[in-house]
This record gives sequence, C-alpha cells and structure tokens, in this order.
Amino acid sequence: MARTLINVPPKAKRGQVVEIKTLISHVMETGYRRNETGVAIPRDIINLFVCTYNGTEIFRADLHQAIAANPFITFFTTATESGTLEFKWTDDNGQVETASAKITVE
Amino acid sequence: MTDKSYSHPTRRAVLVGAAGAGAFGVAPFLTLRRAEATPETMKAAIHRLIGESPVKKGKVTLDIPPLVENGNTIAMSVAVDSPMTEANHVKAIHVFNEKNPQPDIISVHLGPRAGKATFSTRIRLADSQSVVAIAEMSDGTLWSDTVEVIVTIAACLEYN
Repeated sequence: MARTLINVPPKAKRGQVVEIKTLISHVMETGYRRNETGVAIPRDIINLFVCTYNGTEIFRADLHQAIAANPFITFFTTATESGTLEFKWTDDNGQVETASAKITVE
Repeated sequence: MTDKSYSHPTRRAVLVGAAGAGAFGVAPFLTLRRAEATPETMKAAIHRLIGESPVKKGKVTLDIPPLVENGNTIAMSVAVDSPMTEANHVKAIHVFNEKNPQPDIISVHLGPRAGKATFSTRIRLADSQSVVAIAEMSDGTLWSDTVEVIVTIAACLEYN
C-alpha cells in the first residue's frame, strides 16, 4: 500500500519516556474534491492507526479527513522491556500496512 | 395567440419540473457536497464522542501556529498536564474544528504507559476557524483548549 518511516530510539533506559515518530505515504483523499471532468474523487483515507509494544496496545488514533496527506504522528511511551513495537495503519478500502521497530531496554 | 397560450403552460411546467428536481434530485446532492461543519455540528460531534459532561478549560495545551499560510498541512501538537499514573492518566484526546467539511480531526487513545500525554500530527483546515482539543481523564473529567487559527490558503479547494 504505502511506504512507511518509523523512528524509535534503538536503546533506552528502563522507565525512560521515549518519543516515537511515524510517517506513512498516503493520499488521504477527502472525498470532497473533483477531478478535471467534474467527477467526485471517492474518499480514501487511513482511518485507524494502532501501535503495540510486545503485543500490548499503547497508542491508537482514529483519523478523519482533516488529517493532512502522508499522515505523520508522533507520541510517547515508557520503555518497559526490550522488544518490538508494531505499527498498523488501516484505510477505507480495508488495506492494512504494518511496520515494526526493535527497542533494547537496559 | 396560440403560440403564447402554448408557451405559458410549458414554461410553468418547466419551472415546476425544475423546482421538483431541485427538491428531490439536486438538493440532497448539493447539501451532501456542501457539507460544512459549523460551531453547532462541532458541538454535536463533541457530544457524540464524550457525552454531555461539562468541559473545563485548562490542563490542555493545543499548539498550532495562529497564522497559517497553507491550510493543507498544519503542524499541530497537543500536550496534557497529567502525571500519567495508573490512578491518574489521560484516556483520550479528541480534536475538533468548526468549519471543515467534517468536524472531527483526530481522536487518540492513550494509557498510563504513554509516560507523557503528548502527541503531534499534521492537519488540514478549510478556513480560518477555531480548533478545540478535549482531553478525557481517567477520573472522567474533561479539559479543553481552544486556538483561533487564521488560514490564508485553505485546504479542500484545489482541483486536480
């Protein structure tokens, strides 16, 4: 579906609050625009973003048409244990894009 | 004479027909296309998501530049003053607008593991308007912040 870019610090101290940055390429078509022949372009947006840390959901966002193209979301989490952060984006057509990043907690 | 008497009913028929088309065919289509959030629809959207509970000002910091040149991408961040512990944390943050075609912008759901109740993203604004962020705390209280944004080039207007 799309290219993703994730920024998670590779190493963190236990209990440290780390910033996670995510970017995905997507048109985020609002459904309010028309093409040059006057036909409405159908809505196609990413409506759900979920981040899990070793299987536990830590962040979830419901997106609407007011989110700019190529949704960029940053948030924070507490580094509790070494493991994998998984990211999942779902769009209107039911297409799912996933990405993951490893973090080592000392 | 005959020509005139003939033309009258026709014109009326055409007008009636046009009005009928306007009422039953074209009007719903137009209202659909021109859907625009208003302060009322924003309130309705807020009520739909968080109910009728009172919302207090404070604790939330909504950071958007007050003057924006391009409404298609506007950096926005929301920070909520909370210790983020099991007993006292932010459950959700909702952001709404007044004048985009739809009143919702984003709803994020967090928990005590976030460590810091802050997120940022990039949004679209169709017009100069106020943007409202509401934080839902674990104890059920609601806090908000409102920012007036002036947009010089609006989003949603450009054509392919």
